[in-house]
Amino acid sequence: MATRYFGARVKRNEDPRLLTGRGMFVDDVQPTGVVHGAVLRSPHAHARIRSIDVAMAAALPGVVAVYTHADLPATLAAPLPKLIPHPALIHHKTQYALAPGIVRHVGEAVAFVVADSRYVAEDALDLIDVDYEPLAAVVDLEAAVAPDSPLVHDDMDTNVCAHYTQRVGDIEAAFARAAHVFTERFTVDRGTAAPMECRGVVAQWDHKMRQLTVWDSTQAPIPIRNGLARLLDLPQASVRVIAPDVGGGFGPKIMMFYPEEVLVPYAAMQLRRPVKWIEDRRENFAAMNQEREQIHDAQIAVDADGGILGVKTVFLYDSGAYIPYGIIVPIVASTTLPGPYRIPNYHCEFQAVFTNKTIVSPYRGAGRPHGVFVMERLMDRVARELNLDRTEVRRRNFIQNDEFPYDVGLIYQDNAPLIYDSGNYPAVFARALEMIGYERWPEQRARYRRDGRHVGLGVASYVEGGGIGPYEGCRVTVEPSGKVHAATSVGTQGQGHFTSFAQIIADALTVPVEDVVITTGDSGAMSWGTGTFASRAAVVAGNAVALAAQAVREKALKVAATTLEARVDDLELRDGQVSVRGSTERSLSLAKIAVAANPLRGTIPQDWEQPGLEASRFFAPPRGTFAGGTHAAIVEVDVATGMIKILKYVVVHDCGTIINPMILEGQIRGGVAQGIGNAFYEKLIYDENGQLLTQTFMDYLLPTAMEIPEVEIDHIETPSPLNPLGVKGAGEAGVIPVPAVFAQALEDALQPEYPIRISQMPLSPNLLLQMIQRQ
Amino acid sequence: MADPPTSIRRVTVRVNGREHSREVDVRLTLVDFLREALALTGTHVGCEHGVCGACTILLNGEAVRSCLMFAVQADGAEVTTVEALGTPERLHPLQEAFRDHHGLQCGFCTPGFLMTAVAFLRETPQPTDEEIREVLSGNLCRCTGYQGIVEAVRDAAERLRTQGPGLESTE
Repeated sequence: MATRYFGARVKRNEDPRLLTGRGMFVDDVQPTGVVHGAVLRSPHAHARIRSIDVAMAAALPGVVAVYTHADLPATLAAPLPKLIPHPALIHHKTQYALAPGIVRHVGEAVAFVVADSRYVAEDALDLIDVDYEPLAAVVDLEAAVAPDSPLVHDDMDTNVCAHYTQRVGDIEAAFARAAHVFTERFTVDRGTAAPMECRGVVAQWDHKMRQLTVWDSTQAPIPIRNGLARLLDLPQASVRVIAPDVGGGFGPKIMMFYPEEVLVPYAAMQLRRPVKWIEDRRENFAAMNQEREQIHDAQIAVDADGGILGVKTVFLYDSGAYIPYGIIVPIVASTTLPGPYRIPNYHCEFQAVFTNKTIVSPYRGAGRPHGVFVMERLMDRVARELNLDRTEVRRRNFIQNDEFPYDVGLIYQDNAPLIYDSGNYPAVFARALEMIGYERWPEQRARYRRDGRHVGLGVASYVEGGGIGPYEGCRVTVEPSGKVHAATSVGTQGQGHFTSFAQIIADALTVPVEDVVITTGDSGAMSWGTGTFASRAAVVAGNAVALAAQAVREKALKVAATTLEARVDDLELRDGQVSVRGSTERSLSLAKIAVAANPLRGTIPQDWEQPGLEASRFFAPPRGTFAGGTHAAIVEVDVATGMIKILKYVVVHDCGTIINPMILEGQIRGGVAQGIGNAFYEKLIYDENGQLLTQTFMDYLLPTAMEIPEVEIDHIETPSPLNPLGVKGAGEAGVIPVPAVFAQALEDALQPEYPIRISQMPLSPNLLLQMIQRQ
Repeated sequence: MADPPTSIRRVTVRVNGREHSREVDVRLTLVDFLREALALTGTHVGCEHGVCGACTILLNGEAVRSCLMFAVQADGAEVTTVEALGTPERLHPLQEAFRDHHGLQCGFCTPGFLMTAVAFLRETPQPTDEEIREVLSGNLCRCTGYQGIVEAVRDAAERLRTQGPGLESTE
């Protein structure tokens, strides 16, 4: 093979299109005759709808239709589907397409207007008269579990919808014999993923063909297709869902269903006209799922040397008004907490709680940042109390390389045992310390201090579970033109699948990477799949791509062997040509083989499996892969303002073999930026009535190029034994430990003059300043 | 709704070197005009309140937010959008630099960054990193962490100095 693309910094195939304004995002879909939807949203966190009068709205010129709950067919009037049930989830309450009489959070959909333009549709929203009877709202997470709390769902006698405990070993015995037990409370508040593209749906119904086409900015187009077919009583073959270019996902763009994902297709079928709904930013803040709110009461038991004997966390998880996505986030928080440390006795227990706030579902990290924040803060506490170096206490507790596969003893989010497949935590940690200059840090810190500067260092490690099943698939086709097409079942939101998957195929078929055309996120191109979430696309779809490409390679040799009258063993594939070894004349291009593989007459051998130079393969991993990493940062605090400046940020990351380091580093850097937002700038604030006070980018601060530093990255590659490529997930690595790193660095910067203790995230300049001033 | 939106005005704009004249509703934003009336969907709508910068275009050569303007306010103006920079086969040096430095992931914010940077580099051909970061801080990206974008703009400044601008032909 002339070039090997796997592992190389291959420039992205998708870039020329995206750079020249030729991307195809949902809002760029402009069918002839399209009409525009707008959603009337609840202004109350909790209210009974006494009546809705839509007459004036319906009479407005340009309005095509107005829908309320009463107008919906039974399948759409019922609660929307329950995703991911769990035995511990007793009250699996899901959201409605349109509120049936009670609204339970600000932003909940109440009515849907379709009009000639979005402008007129929004005018019509103002003309809908809803008579609300406000009900008592419960907003605060702890208040929601108090005995006298208002109830979010009045058919329950509590707001707790799940109570789940996992235990490893004997935690009571561990605590009883421990030299030290330390107890702390940690809180993490809400944020939003804020993809630059808000959500959007376009639907077109061809009544004669009975064919529904939906463009949806979703991370999971195939499950959306399956669900829509069921809800709209159509065969799956009559529904095609396309996730075209998606302008960032980060978790919340997978839900099945957001109300608009059923309302827009339903209206398109009813009206027999294409319907478009594009979420605006204000809507996005209230109507797209949020994440992060948890309160942990945690304890760590250690021996006299700081060796961990046991860890216990009991926490509350705020699910918002409904819990469609189940208890994935708190399970991930529980199971990420142990991280790279040997914890022989562990108790994790949570209650998932309804509040009158926007629904919570995974946002990049999805519980992992919480687990790591709790664990790393506990390690810092141990170091401080035992007067140990913070890196030494960690080194003493790392899982060692000869302990893999390492069974943590828990059940992970995929219902499979939590077994770390491989890793090299001490080496990753050591490399990060080297890059941040830990050895010289005491002198450097002292030097800063002599100059009157408050500068601190933070370092934290994590294990990132990803690459979970159930499966993904890929079909690779060499067309008679010689062009290679591949369709995969996952969608893409910027992760570079058009390139990384093409690299895998180009290597197998010895063709230029830019000649491999990938289709992602189109249920019309690939009918089976789940979606892009949980850091799994490169692992699960990537391995399906590799298997399919390998099968096509083998088939090319088989077909060529027939045509060239040679033995397969005597053939070689090079530069897209199959030839008999040692002969330049007896040779066939992949294009010619593709023609030969699909004859119009005659017979095809049974071992060709199917006609054409094509193969489909699925990959179903036995359980998840577990990547690891360490972040370290040097952060300066301005004690007069509470503002910070990140002087250095390093990441050492191990996600197994690397397909494309450029893409991987991009994933990590983007994650770190979101983590910095989560740690210091971004916070969704609700008032006591459940009104969201941060509904613009003026109030909710996304970090800019001024706040995000350069991130230095190094990789250690410990392949996963669980898949042929040896890869692990990496999508969430950047974001996971940032709050933990920040907390440690800020405390380090401010000791000893300002002995602050950080146990909450996110912080903000104001909050940090208050903490400093209280000292 | 006190005043039904019935006011229609004619607007004539030169976009990417071509003149367009349309009757528009006076409340139609410039970005909706570009995207819907002219089908130039390269300019994106990210926040509609002037913070994210995804809708940045050049108006008479200046980088502006097309979500904060009405189409009628652009009457008689010269507008340049991302579609005028380069083609997939022949990228503008700035676009090349974005590709080389992985300055984009999902690509949604990218047209806005490109237009901001094009205007900036014309005024500041030899920028410092601090100047680059400051001008880019008016645009939001949620994917990249900005590093690739900063590197791309730095590199593009160099390329534009040595290779020449390459945008003049489109204006």
